[in-house]
Amino acid sequence: MADYVIEMLGISKYFPGIKANDNITLQLKRGEIHALLGENGAGKSTLMSILFGLYQPDEGVIKKDGQIVKINNPNDANDLRIGMVHQHFKLVECYSVLDNIILGVEPNVAGILHKQEAREKIMELSKKYGLQIDPDAIVENITVGMQQRVEILKMLYRDNDVLIFDEPTAVLTPQEITELMQIMKKLAAEGKSILFISHKLAEIMTVADRCSVLRKGKYIGTVDIKDTTAEGLSTMMVGRKVNLKLDKKKATPGEIILDVDNLTVSSNSSKKEAVKNVSFNVRRGEIVCIAGIEGNGQAELIQAITGLTKQKSGKIVLCDKDISHESIRYRSEHGMSHIPEDRHKHGLVLDYDLAQNIVLQRYREPEFSKFGFIKFDAVKKYAEKLIKKFDVRCGQGTDTIVRSMSGGNQQKAIIAREIDKNPELLITVQPTRGLDVGAIEYIHKAIIEQRDAGKAVLLVSLELDEVLNLSDRILVMYEGELVGEFKSSDVTTETLGLYMTGAKKDNITKEVTK
Amino acid sequence: MKKGIAIASSIVCILVGLLFGLIFLLIINPAESISLGFTPLILAGLSSAFNPDWISAGSNLMKLGQEIANAMPIIMTGLSVAFAFKMGLFNIGAAGQYTLGAFGALYFALILKCPWYVCLLAAAAFGAFWGMLPGLLKAYLNINEVISCIMLNWIGLYGVNTIIYGNGNSKMFNSSQSKAYQVGTVNPDALIPSKIFGLDMFEIFKYRATTIGIFFAIIIAIVILIVLNKTTFGYELKACGFNKDAAKYAGINDKRNIILSMLISGALAGFGAGLFYLSGTVQWNPLDSTALPAAGFDGITVALLGLLNPIGCIFSGLFISHISVGGTMMPQSIFPSEISQIITGLIVYLCAFTPIIQEKLTKFIGAHKKTQQNANKEEK
Repeated sequence: MADYVIEMLGISKYFPGIKANDNITLQLKRGEIHALLGENGAGKSTLMSILFGLYQPDEGVIKKDGQIVKINNPNDANDLRIGMVHQHFKLVECYSVLDNIILGVEPNVAGILHKQEAREKIMELSKKYGLQIDPDAIVENITVGMQQRVEILKMLYRDNDVLIFDEPTAVLTPQEITELMQIMKKLAAEGKSILFISHKLAEIMTVADRCSVLRKGKYIGTVDIKDTTAEGLSTMMVGRKVNLKLDKKKATPGEIILDVDNLTVSSNSSKKEAVKNVSFNVRRGEIVCIAGIEGNGQAELIQAITGLTKQKSGKIVLCDKDISHESIRYRSEHGMSHIPEDRHKHGLVLDYDLAQNIVLQRYREPEFSKFGFIKFDAVKKYAEKLIKKFDVRCGQGTDTIVRSMSGGNQQKAIIAREIDKNPELLITVQPTRGLDVGAIEYIHKAIIEQRDAGKAVLLVSLELDEVLNLSDRILVMYEGELVGEFKSSDVTTETLGLYMTGAKKDNITKEVTK
Repeated sequence: MKKGIAIASSIVCILVGLLFGLIFLLIINPAESISLGFTPLILAGLSSAFNPDWISAGSNLMKLGQEIANAMPIIMTGLSVAFAFKMGLFNIGAAGQYTLGAFGALYFALILKCPWYVCLLAAAAFGAFWGMLPGLLKAYLNINEVISCIMLNWIGLYGVNTIIYGNGNSKMFNSSQSKAYQVGTVNPDALIPSKIFGLDMFEIFKYRATTIGIFFAIIIAIVILIVLNKTTFGYELKACGFNKDAAKYAGINDKRNIILSMLISGALAGFGAGLFYLSGTVQWNPLDSTALPAAGFDGITVALLGLLNPIGCIFSGLFISHISVGGTMMPQSIFPSEISQIITGLIVYLCAFTPIIQEKLTKFIGAHKKTQQNANKEEK
C-alpha cells in the first residue's frame, strides 16, 4: 500500500444550484508534489477549502495518515499540520516579517513575548530551505516574492507537513517563479507533501510528480507527470483538444484610432509622476501591447486614457476627436471599450445580477430605458443573447448574482459587454489574469477576432507569453516611460526581459511608431 | 425564500426585544407585569378590541389614531435613512433635516399664512436644502457625511430655535405658552385635512392629528420603491452604493448622485416634519433646545427594522409607533413609559445581528428540509 499522508475519499459538496465537488478522490503521497489542475469553477478551491476546514463536505471522508479526521475549521487543519498559502496573502502589512510568522503562535512565557527563540527557529528554517527573508523588514516594503516566502515560512514554523499552494505563481515575476519551483522541490525532498493548485501547464510539467485533474466539479483522473504531456493535461482539463498555440493572420493596420501625445500622469500611490511624456498610437486592425513589470505606470496610463484619472498634461485623441478632457461616459459612448484590470473593483457590480451588469454603461440608451425607467425585459433579453453568444456560464441565467459566478465567467461577462458595444478601440488590461487554459484560449480568440474586424486593440499584460502570442506591436514600459518598441515577430522573451527591467533602453519617438 | 428569511429575521429581532421588555417589567413589578404591563404595552392602540376597560371613555380608536399620527413622521425619516443607505451614505442628519422641515412648515403656516400643501412642500424644500449640504461636502471635499450631518443637526436645531424664539419677540413665538404658535389657531388652512374622498379620519379615530398624511407617507414609500427598482436613477444610486469604483468606471457621475440622494433624503425627512407639525396637536418648543427631535433618530430604527426597504419602512414605522403608544398606556405609577424606548433600542441593536439571524434561519430551514427529504426517502 502506498504511503498516503492525505486522502480525500468520495468528497461531495453542494451549493445551491451547483455541485461544486462531485465524488472527488484525491490521494497525496508523502513527499510528493501533487498538482491539482482544473478550469475556473472546476472545484479546486472548494476542495482545498474543505481540506483546510473552511467548508464541510456533504459526503466523503478525509484521512490523515490513514486515520479518518474531521476538520471543522482552519485551526483543526493546523493541528493536523496542514498549511496553506492563499492566492492573496494573509499578512499584516505593517508588521515585520518575524511578527507575521509568529502571529497566532507567539512563543511566550506568561504573556511576555520571547521573540529570540522564534527568530532562531525562523533563520534556521530559512537557511535549510533556501527561503531568503529579512526578519525585521516591514511586510509592506518587501517584494511580492518575499511575501510569499514569508507565507511559506509561516507554514514551516508551524511544523506543517502538508503544504497547500493556491495558485502561487499568479503574482510572481518569471525569475521568482523559477525560484519558487526550486523551493518547492527542496521542500518535497525534505519530506514535506505539497498540493499545488494551478492551471499553468508549464509549471505543473516542471515541478509536479503527479497531477489530479478536475472538470466541472468531477474527478477526471490522476496521472504521473513523467507519463504525460502538456497537451495531454489540457485535454483532460478542458475535455477536448486545446490549441495552445494561437493561429492568427498577419495584421493589416489601417488609420490611427488612438493617438496619445506627450501624456504625463501622476502616480496613484505617491507624489511622483507615474507616466512621463508618453506618446504612441494604435491603428485600426492591430493589437498593440504595453509590456512591463507591474507598477511601471501601465495602470495610470490606462486610467488616464479611459478617463478614470485626469492626466497632468498631454493629449489623447480618439478617432480624430480630442477626448483629453471628456468624461468617462463620453469616451465610452464614442467608441472606447475597456476591459479593466480588476474585474471586482471596476468591472462589475458584484451584488447586481448578470443582466444589470451587462448594461452597466448602456442602461440609459433608448434600447434599455424609456422616460428614465429601465426596460427590464429588454435588458434581460439582451443579456440572454450575450450569455449565449459568449458562452457565459451562470447558475440562474440572467438573474445570477455576479458575485456567485466563477472568475472566468465574470471575465467573460465583461468581455461580452465590452465587445458587444462594438467599439472602435478595445482597451484590455490583463484580460486573462487568473483564468484557465480554456478561458484564456477563448478570450485570446475573441481579441484577435476584434482586431480582424478592424478594431484597434490596446493590450496591457504582464505575462510575456501572452504579450508575444497576441500582439502585433509591443511597447515596453519602464518607470513611466516607453523604452522599447518591437514587432512581436522579431523579438524574444529575453530581449523583452532586458528592456522591462531597465537594463536596456531605446529612445522612442513618435516617428518610430509611425 | 430569501426575502421571507429576511422578514423572519426582523420579526425575531422584535420578539427578542419584546422578551427583554417583559424581563424589565418582571423586575419592576412581577405581580402586575403581565396584566397591567405587558398586555397594554404590546396591544397598545389595538387593546380596545380586546378589553375596553383600558380605554378612556368614548374614544375607542383614539389610541390607534395616535399610533398612525406618530407613525407618519418616522416612516418618512425611515425612508430618508433607507434611501441614502442605498447610495452607501449614512444619513444620521435626518434629525437636522427634520428640524429644518418643521421650521419650513411653521414659517409658511404662521408667517406667510399659506395653505397646508404649500407648507408641506416648504417643509420638504427646507429639509432638502439641509440634506444637500452634507451631500455637497461629501461630493466635492470628501468630508464624511456622518460627521457633517451630526454638526449640521445642531446647527440646524440652534438656528431654528433662535429664529422661532427671536428673544421672545418673534411672530412665531407665543410667549404666553412659551412655545411656537399653534398652527390650528393662527392659520386653520395650514392644517392637513383629515377627510379624503368621503373618508373622514377624524370621524373614525376622534384624534385630530390623524390626518390624510399617512396616505402621503404610504404613496411616497411606493414612489421611492419604484424609483429605486425601476428607474435609471435608482440603478445608478444602487450601483454607487454597491461599488463606487465600478459605477465610476461605467461613467456614472457619482458626485451628482451623492448630492441628489442626500437632497432627496433630506426632502423626505423634512416632509415628515411637515406631516407632523401641520397635524394640529404638536407645537414647536424653541426653549427646549437640548434635544434634537427624536423622529430623526427613530428613522434609523425604522429603516433598519424595515430592512432598508421602503415598504418595510411603513410597517416598521407603524410598529415603532405602536410600541411607544403602548408604553404610555401602562399605568405610569407602576411602569415608566420609557420601557417602550428600551425595547426599540434593543431592537436596533438586534438589527445589527440580522445577518447572523438570517444565516441561522437559512441553516435551520435547510436542515429541516434535509431531514424531511431523508424521511421521504426512507418511506420509499
